[in-house]
Amino acid sequence: MSTSLGLYILRRMALAIPTLLGVTIIIFLLIRLIPGDPARVIAGLNASEEDVQRMRVELGLTRPLHVQYAIFLNGLLHGNLGTSAATRAPVTEEIAIRLRPTVELAISSIVVATVVGLTAGIISATRQYSTLDYVVMSVALFGVSIPVFWLGLMLMLLFSVYLHLLPAGGFGGPAHFVLPTIALAAFSIAIIARMTRSSLLETFNQDYVRTARAKGVRRPAVVLRHALKNALIPVLTVIGLQFGTLLGGAILTETTFAWPGMGRLLVNAISSRDYPVIQGIVLTFALMFAAVNLTVDVLYAYVDPRIHYG
Amino acid sequence: MPRRPGVLRRLRRHRTAVVGLLILAGFIVATALAPAVLPYDPNMADFDHVLLWPSPTHPLGTDQLGRDLLTRIVYGTRVSFLIGILAVGMSGLLGIPVGLISGYRGGAMDLATQRLIDLLLAFPGFLLALTLIAVLGVGVTNVVVAVGLATAPVYARLVRGVALSIKEQVYIEAARAIGVPESRIILRHVLPNCLAPVIVQSTLQLGAAILTAAGLGFLGLGVKPPTPEWGTMLGEGQTYLFSSWYIATFPGIAIFLAVMAFNLLGDGLRDALDPRMKLG
Repeated sequence: MSTSLGLYILRRMALAIPTLLGVTIIIFLLIRLIPGDPARVIAGLNASEEDVQRMRVELGLTRPLHVQYAIFLNGLLHGNLGTSAATRAPVTEEIAIRLRPTVELAISSIVVATVVGLTAGIISATRQYSTLDYVVMSVALFGVSIPVFWLGLMLMLLFSVYLHLLPAGGFGGPAHFVLPTIALAAFSIAIIARMTRSSLLETFNQDYVRTARAKGVRRPAVVLRHALKNALIPVLTVIGLQFGTLLGGAILTETTFAWPGMGRLLVNAISSRDYPVIQGIVLTFALMFAAVNLTVDVLYAYVDPRIHYG
Repeated sequence: MPRRPGVLRRLRRHRTAVVGLLILAGFIVATALAPAVLPYDPNMADFDHVLLWPSPTHPLGTDQLGRDLLTRIVYGTRVSFLIGILAVGMSGLLGIPVGLISGYRGGAMDLATQRLIDLLLAFPGFLLALTLIAVLGVGVTNVVVAVGLATAPVYARLVRGVALSIKEQVYIEAARAIGVPESRIILRHVLPNCLAPVIVQSTLQLGAAILTAAGLGFLGLGVKPPTPEWGTMLGEGQTYLFSSWYIATFPGIAIFLAVMAFNLLGDGLRDALDPRMKLG
């Protein structure tokens, strides 16, 4: 069993390679689609003709497109993403410093979103049409409609400015995580709660759940051991997809809370048209998302014994 | 086109959908009446009246350039709704034909299209829109293009799924057997079946598009000032959050209400268009 699971993971990883290659092609092409002369844009407004020409050579823009891509990919495989046009530092270095704050924020948010979302969904489903169900679903509706950056600012206003309970921004101890995590997790909590509720309600109608009830299994045990296990499968997909939403939301949350992560670096890079940095960060985000989707696929095989990973 | 008797009646009885419709109607009425009722210019700076607190003359206060916030929020409705509608229209125009043909034809073309869609969906949606802005530059048109392109794969996938299930139906086989041309089968039989999910998706997507566009504006990478756009206003207000909280607060409420209204309406439409759903 465990060897076949290992094989499945390997095969799934192999299948991810074409997608990742495609992602690098898209990012490579996008940056070259910049209207006008990319070298002139990257060199800056005040660049001389020589500077532009030097940039053209540095970026390899004088060579045919497929050669340019080969050079780009080769650099990538050697951990070379070029140099930042703004700081002249290697892009990998720029990203390395900011990777941890972003990853920590994303992980704390997805954990909170999963725990709170699942709990709320289970409560709602087991008490369908009760006041509690109504309240949970109304809050979930708010959650999917609130702009993450606005929620962040409002939390900051209440807990930092008026109540002086939590820091208004910056990266540091656990207290710094509270507000950004809540702001970022809110949308995903709502989506996960809704999905858990509808998925559980669907399994409640299944024969095996009725059988379990009929043979006298207590209700909590039916919910947790029989129904939830099957209901979790679609929820797992949603959690994986939510991680992508979270990464996008992290860009906004980091800007709101002056969080020194990749999101803020990306926004600054776009404002200053620092294309090597933009390219590197977009690639890093896409890789992280791909890694999560891969993990979700593997977890699938683990949760659902009906999936044959032969 | 298959008749669904009572869709409107079901929608009318769907209490939350009605709430959504009422909020949207409120936005539209306010926008239509704005020039007649509101005495201020949304874009004209008035340096004698900067950062005024909410008062009877300025119900929501004024911003850092002395512009009336209520006026700007009401005029901002046009900008946000227009961006939403155009972006969703664009992703539908791109995604629906691709999904129809890909799902109905199948084969190598379907495979190739699906791989391309996989690739686009490998980017988190907001990141894709942001990257497109990085390439295209800021401004209303580019925001529409960025949000529209980033959402198109969702439509292609949704429509393909429906087309795949429809093409196995007996009546499609019958149509093919009597020699109905493929284009006519797709337009007359497959497309109408996709309409219900597409309408639901588009309504929900309108809210999502407004949210994405506002996010770009908040980052200073959306609609250019002084055009009143909710996200951009919120971003500008962030600077004054500690002294003049209302500048960032009220545009956020407008975004929240608009997105919630589209979500309520979308959920209601889903229930009304799905005959299996019972009304609660």
